[in-house]
Amino acid sequence: MTEPLLSLTGLTKAYPGVVANRDVSFDIAPGEIHALLGENGAGKSTLVKTIYGLVKPDSGTMTMNGAAFAPSDPAEARRAGVAMVFQHFSLFDALTVAENIVLGMDDPPSPRAIASEVARVSELYGLPLDPARIVGDLSAGERQRVEIVRCLLQDPKLLIMDEPTSVLTPQEVKILFTTLRKLSAEGTAILYISHKLGEIEALCEAATVLRLGEVVATCDPRRTGPREMAELMVGQVLQSPVRASRPEGPILLDLRKLSAPAPHRFGTPLRDVTLQVRAGEVLGIGGVAGNGQDELVAALSGEMPVDAEMIRLDGTPIGRAGVNARRDLGLLCGPEERLGHAAAPDMTLTENAALTATTRKGMARRGFMRWPQARAFAEEVIASFDVRTPGPGNTARSLSGGNLQKFVIGREILQEPRVLVVNQPTWGVDAAAAAAIRQALLSLADDGAAIVVISQDLDELMEVSDRFCALVEGRLSASRPARGLSVHDVGLMLGGAHDMEVAHVAE
Amino acid sequence: MDLSSINPILLLASLMVAATPILLAAIGELVAERAGVLNLGVEGMMITGAVVGFIVAVNTGSPWLGFAGAAVGGAALSLVFGVLTQYLLSNQVATGLALTLFGLGLSALLGQGYIGVKAPSFPDLDVPLLSDIPVIGPIVFRHDPMVYLGLFIVLGVWLFLNRSRAGLILRAVGENHDAAHALGYSVRRTRMLAIAFGGACAGLGGAYLSLVRVPQWTEGMTAGAGWIALAIVVFASWRPGRLVLGAYLFGGVTVLQLNLQAAGVAIPVEYLSMTPYLATIAVLVIMSAGRSPGSLGKIFHAAR
Amino acid sequence: MIALEKRPQPSRTWAWASPLLAVALTMVLSGLMFAALGKNPVEVIRTIFFDPVFSEFAWYYRPQILIKGAPLVLIAVGLSFGFRAGVWNIGAEGQYIMGAICGAGVALALYPMEARWLIFPLMVIAGALGGWAWAMIPGLLRVRFGTNEILVSLMLVYVAEQLLAAMALGAMRNPDGMGFPGSRNLAQYTSSANLDLIEGSGLHWGVVAALIAVIFAYVVLSRHLFGFHVRLAGQAPRAARFAGVSPARMILMCMGLSGALAGAAGLFEVAGPAGQISIDFNVGYGFTAIIVAFLGRLNPLGILAAGALMALTYIGGGIAQSSLGLPSAAISLLQGMLLFTLLAVDVLTHYRLRFRKRSLA
Repeated sequence: MTEPLLSLTGLTKAYPGVVANRDVSFDIAPGEIHALLGENGAGKSTLVKTIYGLVKPDSGTMTMNGAAFAPSDPAEARRAGVAMVFQHFSLFDALTVAENIVLGMDDPPSPRAIASEVARVSELYGLPLDPARIVGDLSAGERQRVEIVRCLLQDPKLLIMDEPTSVLTPQEVKILFTTLRKLSAEGTAILYISHKLGEIEALCEAATVLRLGEVVATCDPRRTGPREMAELMVGQVLQSPVRASRPEGPILLDLRKLSAPAPHRFGTPLRDVTLQVRAGEVLGIGGVAGNGQDELVAALSGEMPVDAEMIRLDGTPIGRAGVNARRDLGLLCGPEERLGHAAAPDMTLTENAALTATTRKGMARRGFMRWPQARAFAEEVIASFDVRTPGPGNTARSLSGGNLQKFVIGREILQEPRVLVVNQPTWGVDAAAAAAIRQALLSLADDGAAIVVISQDLDELMEVSDRFCALVEGRLSASRPARGLSVHDVGLMLGGAHDMEVAHVAE
Repeated sequence: MDLSSINPILLLASLMVAATPILLAAIGELVAERAGVLNLGVEGMMITGAVVGFIVAVNTGSPWLGFAGAAVGGAALSLVFGVLTQYLLSNQVATGLALTLFGLGLSALLGQGYIGVKAPSFPDLDVPLLSDIPVIGPIVFRHDPMVYLGLFIVLGVWLFLNRSRAGLILRAVGENHDAAHALGYSVRRTRMLAIAFGGACAGLGGAYLSLVRVPQWTEGMTAGAGWIALAIVVFASWRPGRLVLGAYLFGGVTVLQLNLQAAGVAIPVEYLSMTPYLATIAVLVIMSAGRSPGSLGKIFHAAR
Repeated sequence: MIALEKRPQPSRTWAWASPLLAVALTMVLSGLMFAALGKNPVEVIRTIFFDPVFSEFAWYYRPQILIKGAPLVLIAVGLSFGFRAGVWNIGAEGQYIMGAICGAGVALALYPMEARWLIFPLMVIAGALGGWAWAMIPGLLRVRFGTNEILVSLMLVYVAEQLLAAMALGAMRNPDGMGFPGSRNLAQYTSSANLDLIEGSGLHWGVVAALIAVIFAYVVLSRHLFGFHVRLAGQAPRAARFAGVSPARMILMCMGLSGALAGAAGLFEVAGPAGQISIDFNVGYGFTAIIVAFLGRLNPLGILAAGALMALTYIGGGIAQSSLGLPSAAISLLQGMLLFTLLAVDVLTHYRLRFRKRSLA
């Protein structure tokens, strides 16, 4: 066995009320593709931030090539050969590709040289990029390329990738994996963070599993199967949601050539979206983020009014109706962003219950709020959906992601919608909560509601949907029965990778 | 009424002078806003600069020292805003308003003994050769040095923002402070420096009023100039080049209405005096603003 | 090293304690300033904060607190709705002036008709409408063109000041005033006078209106759907839209409400304590009310207390000016300090201070 590139020994980091990492130790060999597995809140982010110099551990040490390694800031980590591709928060929309790349480098070449450097690395690893474009105009896959190229220009010894595939189409994932294998073959170690077990099985040579901040297992993913790794990660045996066979009901939601201009500069216009959803049916809409999901939800919720005839609810044209008029008629929505959109972070759960349920639950009379009713409804949601909180007087911000998601989804479900539209219902939610939310959606369909689930998680869509369609650049594909659809079929529906023809990896 | 008494050459020449205080204050605020900081205290920093510059100039007899003092005074006051908004995470709008109210009180207090005092003169700089060109010479090349310094600062800011790495970092911080932090740039330090630069420029602009344009000290003499500077930054879509255009446009309106007043136009003086403010509103309405820096006015707290 | 850590919920204790701490800190800081000016800080602070209420001449000063406090509270209550909703009307000074001009205009147009039951209510309506209309300019421009309401409302203060001067010197000048600038005295015209309801108490109609506004605002903010939407719009604009709040309507409601209350405040002032339209009619209540709104934590009851405190500093400042020779600017500086210290200590409401040892890197 060769000497490890990076060795972590006994890393511990505590925040008030929670220990993010407890006595974490493992090694990464040069050129190794090492998976870091764990649920949300297992402490993966804290650990990689420690390696990247953004977080200082309370105790424990790291060594890099045998020498002590304690970066005080990211620049020091970069000098030591660590590079990181972030999940969010690391690109500047209004700046160009070249400017974004330069910002991630410590001693960048001249602006002219950067263009040829970008071209060289793009060519080498099959990551085509135009240095002069504004990042805000790029697709999610292209944005990720910017980050990867930014890292590769510094010849890193260790590349950290935080959930890199959550924004990619299956074809783009394939290209990414080819790039990563090539890097690994050249001797660059990769720390690959994910909770997608299939990918880890296909790509990684070693895996460290974190649960509640502690290392619970290390394994070779090629030998340990996804099922076993899932149980290691979650610590319990998971149950797949149960679906009753549902009879075909009448069409409840009917979209006819729904079109809308992009609401802001970096938005996506909707183009002739047509679909029907029947009572008792779950329609899954897949697609990479930024292809019109937010806009579609806004058009359905009433936040972005469209022509009346474009949306029909049980035969009634409602395209012009306002948010609460639609709620009155039984069309409810659960947007993607929990904090700030589905819920007001600094308001109590009682107030957040009143956010969407005022009309349907009679929480106002002649314009005056009936707070006791709102409180009772909040308590009902908390009890029915097992939301862990001391009580409805606590702020939305004080809840964990999974608990808040259960609250906002539960809030809509308990209003007994006729049509429910949810966007990314289990994004960033722990496995147990995600299973509970999916089960609740299926039960609601069993009771005769029409449900639209928009998600980037294809596994989730395959699990809950009766029919599947893809949203690509604001266009919706024709729907196909979800049962029997292969990953390859779904990939083709999602339109494949951007710039496929140029994306040949020079092998 | 005698419109022929208005000399177009003098009018255009005084336009550059009238625009200078606004231009100075606006270029400072532009840098602060590009770093993501909305400082509504420009008026307060300007008037503090006006009084500090005046006091220093009168006591030392040197207008140059006066301007230096004004820059230091404006920057010092801006750092109060900086500490409150960057370290104590207060609301930028409220804190900026507080800075303006505080600055107005502070300047009135400091300037008590200086009302009616005359400022030391600040001679014009006749640019050799160029100032002798007919028409253009008197309009462009026979001003005091601060007129040109203001333009040099604008040029310097443009070069800094678009050609230097530090400028790129500043823009990055203003665009997305979380991303800048994740890449290891110090959001607070960048912003504190930008705020201080904004304060220094506002101070210079204020001192230009009390030392050159008026030139004496009166309470509340900035009369909204700081707010107009803020408006011009929006008008300019946060771009230095357009800032000059905006300031000169405003200077033109001011000078024209003053000339009309002097020429005895049959409109009451008060209605003419309104025009710069109305023009500012009109400009704000007509020019739809460009995209503002992504993190403008947002509180940055590096969590976890 | 001190680090800030966000509290899961705002601290209720500090929400109430921080204004008190701010007042205490301001006393200390302003004491230092008074000392620097060569005054005895204890004496000055006592004169400003205690003499108006407890000295032997307090019978004269106490009514003054109502008179100075009423416009501050009336304006601040209106502003607090907008500030909560993220609508920044900072041109209340202009709306105050326009309210006075419009209200006085009604009285001057009907002079010397004797019909108090008709004229005074008409004036109040005209005053409120004047302020409302002036505030609708930035409101409509914001909704229609996306123009920044902070800048427009502020520009309109300067326009209103010029208009006030034009009125005092021109259209509204007293024809019997021997050419002096300024209008007829409305306080001496029985149909328009806003006099004390109880002689010598300072309790004029403006005070009544301010108290009604406080109660109205309290009920609306805590019990009414509109109040809920106002809070929602300020804290989470996207969530507000999701709850069915129209941003445009919210902007217009908040601008209109604050403008109308500021206009009414201007009318009560011009018909009573000020008495006439004159060049120097406005004394900055519209700006001081911003301090009052924040110091009162945008809470109607808090605003009532803050308005009283601020009125105290005006009156006490006046006493200190005449008896101790304190410059008048020192008082506006003290008011500015008060807002600064409040914003500084406010951090304790939302964040917890943690003292930690420097890590041994």
